[in-house]
Amino acid sequence: MVGMAAPQVAPVETPGTDEMPVADRAWVTIVWDDPVNLMSYVTWVFQKLFGYSRDKAEKLMLDVHHKGKAVVSSGARERMEHDASQLHAYGLWATVDKA
Amino acid sequence: MFRRNGTHCVATFAADEVRVLRKVASEVVGLLSEGFDHEDPVVERLFPDIYPEDPHNSAEFRRYTEGDLKTSKIDQAGAILAVLPGDGGGEVRLDGEEAEAWLRALNDARLAMGVRLEIKADTDLGEELDDAVLRDPTSSRVFQLSVYAYLGYLQESLLNALVQAR
Repeated sequence: MVGMAAPQVAPVETPGTDEMPVADRAWVTIVWDDPVNLMSYVTWVFQKLFGYSRDKAEKLMLDVHHKGKAVVSSGARERMEHDASQLHAYGLWATVDKA
Repeated sequence: MFRRNGTHCVATFAADEVRVLRKVASEVVGLLSEGFDHEDPVVERLFPDIYPEDPHNSAEFRRYTEGDLKTSKIDQAGAILAVLPGDGGGEVRLDGEEAEAWLRALNDARLAMGVRLEIKADTDLGEELDDAVLRDPTSSRVFQLSVYAYLGYLQESLLNALVQAR
């Protein structure tokens, strides 16, 4: 990803994946780093699609940027396929895998 | 570049900016309609395999979702074409929904150009442009690189305008 000026976004708190029972977290959606997407845009997409707070979205974006990939959501397989498909509509490089 | 004006994101485009935006948005539409080819690396990037290790399930998933994804990408590129001013240039005013469609469409256009220009993680756009100018200032690579850089700044300005406290 590439960085430009950081935008200001009001945080939106929604329940994360942390509270989910283990059985519902069998699959994960993974976002991979790519050299084109803007860091600010990727952060915005995570907030927009998953309702993550600015802090959580930014941390995930930085994980993707520094580690090459990050798990952005977890749950039932169909749900993860839906998430990945949404991410593709926003131009992020997303795949689904077993947790 | 975009700025916030009340509930809208507003930009004034010069004649050459309008031409460039019309060209890149039309190219995306062309790539996704009559020119659609799974072997094209741009198509591979815009429609990634959902299960990289599992071609069968990836193909199965693609069968159900690709049509919708293609339609939404064509629609978002269309959102740019729909509101661009005439060839002389002029103002564009986007509400929240239009601005989001523009953001996704600009991103698709940048992804397509990034693949064609072989942009890598360590690519320094300024250096690439300088090199290309030194080799041949009239080359198509100089033009493509400058358009790619322009679209990045435009996308960033639109995102900033969109998320500004209202």
